[in-house]
Amino acid sequence: MNVDATAGALAPEPRSEASVAELLHARRFGAWADAPGWLGALCTIDHKRVGRRFIVTAFGFFIAGGAVAGLMRLQLARPDSTLIGPDLYNQLFTVHGTTMMFVFAVPIMQAMGVYFVPLMLGARNIAFPRMNAYAYWVYLFGGAMLYVALVLNIGPDAGWFSYTPLAGPEYGVGKRSDFWAQLITFTEVSGLLVSIEIITTVFKLRAPGMTLNRMPLFVWAMLVTSFMIIFAMPAVMMASTSLILDRLVGTHFYNPAEGGDALLWQHLFWFFGHPEVYFIFLPGLGFVSMIVGAFAKRPVYGYVAIVLSLIATGFLSFGLWVHHMFATNVPELGKSFFTAASMVIAIPTATQIFCWIATLWTGRLVLRTPLYFILGFFFILVLGGLTGIMLSAVPLDLQIHDTFFVVAHLHYVLIGGAVFPLFGAFYYWFPKVTGRMLDETLGQWNFWLFFIGFNVAFFPMHILGLQGMPRRVYTYAAESGWGTLNLISSIGAAIIVVSVLLFIVNVARSVRSGTPAGANPWGASTLEWATESPPPPGNFHPPLAVGGREPLWEQEGIVGRVDGLKNDPPEVLVTTLLDALPHHRFAFPTPTLWPLIAAIATTVMFVSSIFTPWAVIWGTIPIAIALIAWFWPSREETEKHKRMERAP
Amino acid sequence: MSASSNVSRMSRPAVDAAALPSFAFGHQSLMWWGTVGVMAIEGTAFALGIVMYFYVWTRVDAWPPDALPPELRWGTLNTAILLASVLPNYYTKVAAEKFDLRGVRVGMVVCLLFGLAFLGVRVLEFTALNVSWDTNAYGSAVYLLLGLHTTHLVTDVADTAVLAVLMFTGPLEKGRFVDASENAMYWNFVVAAWIPIYAVIYLMPRWL
Repeated sequence: MNVDATAGALAPEPRSEASVAELLHARRFGAWADAPGWLGALCTIDHKRVGRRFIVTAFGFFIAGGAVAGLMRLQLARPDSTLIGPDLYNQLFTVHGTTMMFVFAVPIMQAMGVYFVPLMLGARNIAFPRMNAYAYWVYLFGGAMLYVALVLNIGPDAGWFSYTPLAGPEYGVGKRSDFWAQLITFTEVSGLLVSIEIITTVFKLRAPGMTLNRMPLFVWAMLVTSFMIIFAMPAVMMASTSLILDRLVGTHFYNPAEGGDALLWQHLFWFFGHPEVYFIFLPGLGFVSMIVGAFAKRPVYGYVAIVLSLIATGFLSFGLWVHHMFATNVPELGKSFFTAASMVIAIPTATQIFCWIATLWTGRLVLRTPLYFILGFFFILVLGGLTGIMLSAVPLDLQIHDTFFVVAHLHYVLIGGAVFPLFGAFYYWFPKVTGRMLDETLGQWNFWLFFIGFNVAFFPMHILGLQGMPRRVYTYAAESGWGTLNLISSIGAAIIVVSVLLFIVNVARSVRSGTPAGANPWGASTLEWATESPPPPGNFHPPLAVGGREPLWEQEGIVGRVDGLKNDPPEVLVTTLLDALPHHRFAFPTPTLWPLIAAIATTVMFVSSIFTPWAVIWGTIPIAIALIAWFWPSREETEKHKRMERAP
Repeated sequence: MSASSNVSRMSRPAVDAAALPSFAFGHQSLMWWGTVGVMAIEGTAFALGIVMYFYVWTRVDAWPPDALPPELRWGTLNTAILLASVLPNYYTKVAAEKFDLRGVRVGMVVCLLFGLAFLGVRVLEFTALNVSWDTNAYGSAVYLLLGLHTTHLVTDVADTAVLAVLMFTGPLEKGRFVDASENAMYWNFVVAAWIPIYAVIYLMPRWL
């Protein structure tokens, strides 16, 4: 009971060990620490707690979307199956695609950014941490709404890209497509806010000395992705808003009878939708760069080439959208342009692949599960890239448009390009997040079953597509001869299910009883490994100043510590954009319930507006009240700030 | 390379932040980047709204289809009011960056008066469009553009009102002048965004 004299004087009663620990915790971390218990959990604005629940939630939706896919594979396993009818099947493939693209893939990549970007930069929290908490809650409620709709048999049923006129008022009767459009609104709000946070964090909260050209490659990937989201997501926002206006208040954007055009939908959707593929893919490339460097035990070859490739991919991805529309009446010259652009984008990706090969070739390889997933990524992504080059040719695309060949291609690109690196990233950073290692043996089983299961499930789809099997059919006749390949594909899907279950078992076991990891179990070079595992509230005590691109590998990689930042109010050091020179201190906001309340108010407004347009008016009032209460400063906090105030 | 040398370097003082200022104006502040991010998103949305307008234009022979173009007077009057509001707004921004509380209060109140004026005239604008949102795709596109800009006017006036009340009641710290300065930047954005939208809605059907 020997805490210190002051604590003794304040608390003459003997304290339990738990309360001593709490007191010490509060003393060490000041206002960075959350209040204990469930209220502290609801109020938290710590990027690690928010990021962790963001990742877990997105993974939960991955399981849900995977379960939906499992039902589809069960239905397609044999011809003339009557297990699932056409109406439910329509909802299943729509919810599967919508989940995986909007509710799993983009959010989980951003969530990894929310957790790791501040740590890699040596920052004490993400910029706009309350907005970050709000973005999480809005995302959670939006995703939950989709599944409530599915369970109530009003799940969207017009495909994940929800083409008009099928999704318009004439053919898309009922509320199904409205749920789809509002789900888009939820995920946009969340995705756009997180992008602003990440850009601001990267530009202004880097550790002193971490010039732009010393940033970890994953941070570059997240920076480019965030910019892409800012310029691409407004397109789907305008698209889904005008769709719901057509459906609810009788506008005519997509109605050719009144001067509208169904094809306008495809342009707006794919102007967003193609960059979206790269929102998912670029963070995956970021994971690859980090893991390849750490497991080859050398700096990644061609840092500048990789950064420029990421930026080039970001720009080029905005010039590809019409290749989703080769089967429409867009001008032939336009199609040729988009064919060329689709082929050009292979160049920056190939540049990065060659840089990684050079790194692996000249490094000392440590063959552990994270690296296995990266090697699996190479194999699958290259196959997906090859079919991509095939599909970019208009005549070939016309033959196999809307067949299972496209389904095979997109799964090779997205699972190979994003999900394999993501699993590698889970194994790589799990020790940082939990303080414990994932089990290596289960990891090997997880990898090999996933790799084999994936190829067994999706390779046959290429052939089925070439044989003419259309996508999105709920069944097929036995005479078509597609039964065997479909059965093989379904067996592959079952193997993937086993693999993912093993991963969940591995996580559940390792969280409690995995080998303790220590700060830097892989001997990696970047700043997140310089702090404890899991990192404490406020991340770095003390914050560090950096002198190189690989801070933990270089002699002068860490220059020293940063003094003079308070823990209460929680102060951060703001640095300059290019050179990360110290510029000013800034007191961060403290935990509060208002982001959650604002998110609930937002959810009420979004969901109600599916049923009445007036909700947009009255629903705004509670949101405005919550936002004002969120913004309004307390006297106590203001007094604290004034004590450390210093004008420029 | 070893962990111990890192630990020893971590205990070496490198930067003393205590003497640094506790806030900053302009692109050095976090709030500036947050505001610019929002402006980039909304600017993209406005640009796409204009693209949608011209896209549906290409689908018909005559423009506007079966209607007169929107009447010029209210839209033009509002353009003048919006442009004039830039002056008190600029005054507020300068006052904020000099920590002149009285100047900020006066500037914001004048801005809010302009805000009430352009919101009132905006209601009149909606009555003089000569088309409804459900008449045809042209009407839908016009309402989308004008509606989108109107939501920005409303939120901008509401933001400014909340900040103005805070400037009168407190609690205040010097950092709040950064908020006043960023708020003025966002006001300029909402005004600047109006100019191309005005040109599209009111002038293009006459000129092209």
